[in-house]
Amino acid sequence: MESITSIIQISIAAVLIQNFVLARFLGLCPFFGVSKKLSSATGMGMAVVFVMTVASMITWWIDTALLMALNVEYLRTIVFILVIASLVQLLEMIMQKITPALYESLGIFLPLITTNCAILGVAILNAGVNNFTGNPFTFVESTINGIASGIGFTLALVLMAGLRERLELADVPKSLDGLPIAFITAGLMALAFLGFSGLSFFAG
Amino acid sequence: MELLLPVTVVGAVGLFFGVGLAIASKMLHVFVDPKISRILEALPGVNCGACGYPGCSAFAKAVAVGKAAAAGCTPGGEKTVANIADIMGISVSANEPMVAVIHCQGGKAEAKERAIYDGITDCHAAKLIGNGPKICPDGCLGRGSCAKACLFGAIKINENEIAVIDNEKCCGCGKCVPVCPRNIISLIPQVHKVYLACANRDKGAGVKKYCSVGCTACTLCVKATPSGAITMADNLPVLDYTKDEIFIVAHAKCPPKCFIDLAKMRPKANIDTKCTGCGECAKACPMKNVITGEPNERHVIDKGKCIGCGNCLNVCAVKAIVLWGGLGYDSVEKQKRQRHGATG
Repeated sequence: MESITSIIQISIAAVLIQNFVLARFLGLCPFFGVSKKLSSATGMGMAVVFVMTVASMITWWIDTALLMALNVEYLRTIVFILVIASLVQLLEMIMQKITPALYESLGIFLPLITTNCAILGVAILNAGVNNFTGNPFTFVESTINGIASGIGFTLALVLMAGLRERLELADVPKSLDGLPIAFITAGLMALAFLGFSGLSFFAG
Repeated sequence: MELLLPVTVVGAVGLFFGVGLAIASKMLHVFVDPKISRILEALPGVNCGACGYPGCSAFAKAVAVGKAAAAGCTPGGEKTVANIADIMGISVSANEPMVAVIHCQGGKAEAKERAIYDGITDCHAAKLIGNGPKICPDGCLGRGSCAKACLFGAIKINENEIAVIDNEKCCGCGKCVPVCPRNIISLIPQVHKVYLACANRDKGAGVKKYCSVGCTACTLCVKATPSGAITMADNLPVLDYTKDEIFIVAHAKCPPKCFIDLAKMRPKANIDTKCTGCGECAKACPMKNVITGEPNERHVIDKGKCIGCGNCLNVCAVKAIVLWGGLGYDSVEKQKRQRHGATG
């Protein structure tokens, strides 16, 4: 039972409290770049969920089996960049070969997330000391954290896309039109998400 | 030793993934038709969607498998179509180049408004409130829905709050046509320069009350066009661009000046010394007091008033009339050239 509770805790924390975009400020580039249209935002979100989950799983194994075993944890960043970049390339190839339909819908977003900081962020956060157990995540916890962080990213992206589609029609002062008003909107959204920090599950 | 371990670890991981990717790319290789990328290179790459496909790459794929016609890319024009035909090894002729025109010129100054619209700047939204602020039920709403749709920046809303198309930037993709809630944008062949800038179907007396440049359905343009290329339908002239007609006389004769001529300058007729003074040209001229002269003496054409229709050319028995190019004898243009010459 303990593990189920912690899984729920991790999920809620990753989606809402520690939302990747709005609380941790990671992955801001696609957050502004791909949030102009709802349809492409959803596609990008799905691709991020997919890659984050796979990256969490693979980097956990690399971290435990290689880096921790050899006592070279300080190489995490550089090794993870290497791993994630190759992983996304590999995923792209596999998708193109096996599921062309999925590749058609997600394929164009995959190169965008090759070296995305949100993906690297989730891998590094999984390996670091976390607020729940005081220890690095286990394999299951890492995977759950990967999925939930991806969902949190998608949530922020889709909300932003919905807002920006409406902003297109709004009578915005000329100096604020376009990206400036999007930045202001993102700031207000981040403020609103700060409200979730009241939902505290943290141990201790 | 302290240096060796991290170097080995990173090197080994890098080597592993490098070799892995190399093997994977061989094993998982998907054959992509090389024609697709070549067609994609030949396309303009603006992803306008005028071809009916979501972007240039989708169109390139469809052409490569023979699903789409090679001439489908309107913005690319003749050159692109020729290139694609070359890649595909087939021969096609390009579609006739088109240009978009707005059938309204009644801006803030010409067409009266019955209300001040202060809502969001979008034509569809403006139309929702009592069919728009303008009294004219077919007038341009001037909120720029077409300008937003144009991927080439060819449409601007001017100070007079009316959409104006830059016909040099317009490539005739037709993106703006379905966007207009008034349905007053259409494509005309690029070789035709005259179009009707009004879409109002009210009777003349009604139109005059609220627009100074609205068509009053006077039918003068129909009478001025003996070729029959203009017909009246529902109180509005319809221009038939398939007929051999340049519509320049209709443009000159229209009392409220509803026709717009996109040509920068028209040629002017000139009568030389061979003129016998028979007076046939004056009879053939559709305009008043343009060709004057005593019988049996050399006639003179008022070049300020000549519209360049060319009607007089055919009736002259001694071939004494020629059309001068619009720019050649224009004094302003001449001065400009001299100035350029002086400054080097």
